Amino acid sequence: MPATYEKIATNTLGSAASSITFSSIPATYTDLRIVLTATYSATTSSGGQLSFNGAPSGTLFSYTRLYGQGTSPTTSINSNQPAITPADTSWTLGNTMPDFYTYDIFSYAGSTFKTVLTTNSQDYNGSGSTGIKVGLWRSTTAITSCVLTASVNFATGTTATLYGILKA
Amino acid sequence: MPSTILGIIASSGGAASTSSYESIASATGTGSSNTITFSSIPSTYKHLQIRSIARDTNTNNDFSSIRIRLNSDTGTNYVRHLLAGDGTTVTATGATAQSSMIANGAARQNGSTANIMGVSIIDFIDYASTTKNKTMKAISGNDVNGSGFIRLNSGLWLNTNAVTTIELLTDAGFWTTASTFALYGIKG
Repeated sequence: MPATYEKIATNTLGSAASSITFSSIPATYTDLRIVLTATYSATTSSGGQLSFNGAPSGTLFSYTRLYGQGTSPTTSINSNQPAITPADTSWTLGNTMPDFYTYDIFSYAGSTFKTVLTTNSQDYNGSGSTGIKVGLWRSTTAITSCVLTASVNFATGTTATLYGILKA
Repeated sequence: MPSTILGIIASSGGAASTSSYESIASATGTGSSNTITFSSIPSTYKHLQIRSIARDTNTNNDFSSIRIRLNSDTGTNYVRHLLAGDGTTVTATGATAQSSMIANGAARQNGSTANIMGVSIIDFIDYASTTKNKTMKAISGNDVNGSGFIRLNSGLWLNTNAVTTIELLTDAGFWTTASTFALYGIKG
């Protein structure tokens, strides 16, 4: 029997890579949580995208977000997407300012569509963004792999950890 | 409205754990009750967390919420704030003298597309203190591919008693059988 909250796997990049994959995820937990601390090989407009059971493709993802970049807060909706992106990825600045993302994936092995809550914390000493997002994967298939993707490479040292959470 | 009482002893039985984050109890909606109750909560943790997926039997196609009461207090002893986005408008609101706290947008109504649930992570800080009022934070939301709601909620219970019971109520209707609520304790 797994513990209530335990680490399933950690991936710290020893060299730059365009994606990080957690595969063969057991169905023994209730929820999943991913914590990603990412830097990038160059400025990117799309970092930390999350897809399930394969690389980003198709149109089964959608999300609603609320975020602020130091002035007025903003909200937006994206439907029919190939993946869920964190709340705001437009300010990622190369490999010196780490971005911090969390992804809570509910009932990942259940029979309903899969819903995700994400947070982003990105501060670049004068600019940045923080926000929350709810995402949907319109599939009743159990999640067995999670793929984090960047439009440019994740830099060396980027770390992603996958946790399993088990209810009573 | 009938309530489902799910005490800790009745609903516990999860994995033994030696970590700082432990499962206390969980409950599933019945389709005929508007309330999930976690009772006899031990005071042995520092904080509590509830993780939920929820849908109610209201036949409309919209979001709904989880209303939260502590120690069965139905008085107007709650305060709450909300920061909300729906893809078009950002809203910030607050209210005093409320009869519950709210995890706004944490559920979907049953007229929504099948299999879509609202979700929430609700944290109760220092819940066992006997000298402090009790503060709650919730991140909640739901998305239906083309519309959605994301919410950051805070709540305050103006009472210094230790929290021993948490009730989770629908806005309207009952919790569906696809709804699950899990209570965790976090050690300090």
